[in-house]
Amino acid sequence: MISRREFMQAAAALTAIYGTTTPLGSLNAKQKITEDDLLGLKPYGNVTLAHLTDIHAQLMPVWFREPSINLGVGEAEGKPPHLTGADFLKRYNIEAGSADAYALQSTDFLKLAKQYGQMGGMDRIATVLKRIRSERPNNTLFLDGGDTWHGSYTALQTKGADMVEVMNALKPDAMTGHWEFTLGEERVQEIVDSLPFAFLGANIFNNEWEEPAFEAVKMFERGGAKIAVIGQAFPYTPIANPRWMVPNWSFGIREDEIKKQVASARDKGANLVVLLSHNGFDVDRKVASRVKGIDVILCGHTHDAMPEPLKVGNTLLVASGSNGKFISRLDLDVDKSGVKGFKFRLIPIFSDVITPDKDMTALVNKVRAPYEKELNRVVGQADGLLYRRGNFNGTVDDLICDALLEQRDAEIALSPGFRWGPSLLPGQKITVEDIHNVCAMTYPAAYRTNMTGQQLKDIFEDVADNLFNPDPYYQQGGDMVRVGGLGYTINPKKKIGERITNMTELKTNTPIDLKKEYVVAGWASVNKDTQGPPIWDVIEKYLATHTPVQVKANDGIKVIGM
Amino acid sequence: MKDLSRREVIVLGSTAAAAIMVSPTMAFAEAKPAKALLEKFTGGKSIATGKIKLEMPEIAENGNTVPLTFTVESPMTEKDYVKRVIIIAEGNPRAEVATFNFSHLSGVAKASSRMRLAKTQNVVAVAELSDGTFYMAKTEVKVTIGGCGG
Repeated sequence: MISRREFMQAAAALTAIYGTTTPLGSLNAKQKITEDDLLGLKPYGNVTLAHLTDIHAQLMPVWFREPSINLGVGEAEGKPPHLTGADFLKRYNIEAGSADAYALQSTDFLKLAKQYGQMGGMDRIATVLKRIRSERPNNTLFLDGGDTWHGSYTALQTKGADMVEVMNALKPDAMTGHWEFTLGEERVQEIVDSLPFAFLGANIFNNEWEEPAFEAVKMFERGGAKIAVIGQAFPYTPIANPRWMVPNWSFGIREDEIKKQVASARDKGANLVVLLSHNGFDVDRKVASRVKGIDVILCGHTHDAMPEPLKVGNTLLVASGSNGKFISRLDLDVDKSGVKGFKFRLIPIFSDVITPDKDMTALVNKVRAPYEKELNRVVGQADGLLYRRGNFNGTVDDLICDALLEQRDAEIALSPGFRWGPSLLPGQKITVEDIHNVCAMTYPAAYRTNMTGQQLKDIFEDVADNLFNPDPYYQQGGDMVRVGGLGYTINPKKKIGERITNMTELKTNTPIDLKKEYVVAGWASVNKDTQGPPIWDVIEKYLATHTPVQVKANDGIKVIGM
Repeated sequence: MKDLSRREVIVLGSTAAAAIMVSPTMAFAEAKPAKALLEKFTGGKSIATGKIKLEMPEIAENGNTVPLTFTVESPMTEKDYVKRVIIIAEGNPRAEVATFNFSHLSGVAKASSRMRLAKTQNVVAVAELSDGTFYMAKTEVKVTIGGCGG
């Protein structure tokens, strides 16, 4: 394993890359950044891991505002990735207003968006991968952390086929999954059987006899090193997403199973053990502290982007962002005795800087062509910035809640705390594609039902505990459920049942009566046979009479105790 | 709480030719608070931690059928073996779930089953060893409404 001296060397190497060699952080104008600044890395060691995760079917460049509130609790409080704004910039020594600041944080988002442009795009990602592979032909593993086949109009229409075709062209060596499973067991199995690479899930079992349902681990040889990649799918898929869509598969963190797979990989002579994970960052941090022998965890699910790996014991945790904004490149020096050192770069995919790969542009155009007219159909216009990320609310969900309240004639609206979905700039035309980017899914029914105040409180307490339980193994990722027509006060540090107080009906400014029934509209229920129109129809109808759409952020949510 | 059917107490996972006797009838017994159950099981003796490992999901996928596996470290010889393991669900209307009886002929002291959990609660497994000592493992299993991850 890495000795202290070796780690210091690795740390020095990291500083060299991040601080001085190519000081991306000090570049402050678009025209000054070149493709070489982003991609020109001096190769190091004998193994390169390229990590892409949580792209949520975003084939095209996007605007994506990172969260301004991302609270950590328990041991994670105040630690990466739970830093935002100036705290984040200070921790990573990033200059305010720089390209990295724009890519990684929300401060001055609008101003910097105009300066640095969109991020992502599969044709830009293809360019980055081609270059890495050309420099490191026999050393590179490209690993996809999942949430790949879901999150867009075309992915929904093709049941993930557009993403499968595009990803196959990028030739990943392995992937794991989460939202993939919302295509249903049969479709997932059909795709997995067709993939020219491994779909790994060491924590997925047939729930009748507890037998493995997927390949757990795949061994590779790169640069003379034997590499074991263990796949870890999102542990709470059948809880956070509909159980009925994956009736025969059981998930879970299954720490003992990870231990078993690590030991088995070492027995088989692995010099490098990689966990390709969709656990979420805090869960992975705990896994790293309890399971010995994992060299690298490639983290996904919680959409964090960190400019440096975080070291827990001898394990490097890499967090590579979401929606196609970043690819992580981790160069490792690996010999028989293990990892000797590393160099790392979180590569920001600046769409205006990185040349699109022609073949991939053509392929993306091809998979989108049958839907192009509908994708581009304009249904409204944004007035202010529409974004989703943040622990408690975002203007995209405020818009969705407004649409639910009006179109479903409800007193209170609920919108799930998803972390996927790009942003829209003020004045931007809203297309069918834009709407689907924030709500495309296989269980979209916008229900209307009666709930008592107590039921609402129970839901908020339950979701808050999934987000703020001090033990990461009880966290499910995602953010707090979004609300319309209702305000509350939350203390994340309290226990379940005690976090939510002062629930208020905003229209009348009266306290929510726990015994009274309220008319509630929402979407994305995990219950089978939920009735209602698809959420995108609700939004489209609302926009038809509210454009440019004025969205008032819900200011009825107060956070205390942090 | 639903009575345990034969299917639910099927013992999975033990490859040894174990003569494991399960006492599903225990689940029919009168509900007792968890603490009283423990005292009855141990005869008031102290309980140490360690030796027994209880594996359950942190969050139940389906509260009606939650898998559990326990393993007790033991040579399982005539002189040193595991006699009994009791499973207690502290927050169930009937806390007593099952007692698994072993002998030195069992080979290993390991069993898997499924149980129903009414709500978020601690599940406790206590093993009685042949020398009269007791060991405990405890784990919290959350039963959630779910539905907003992602």
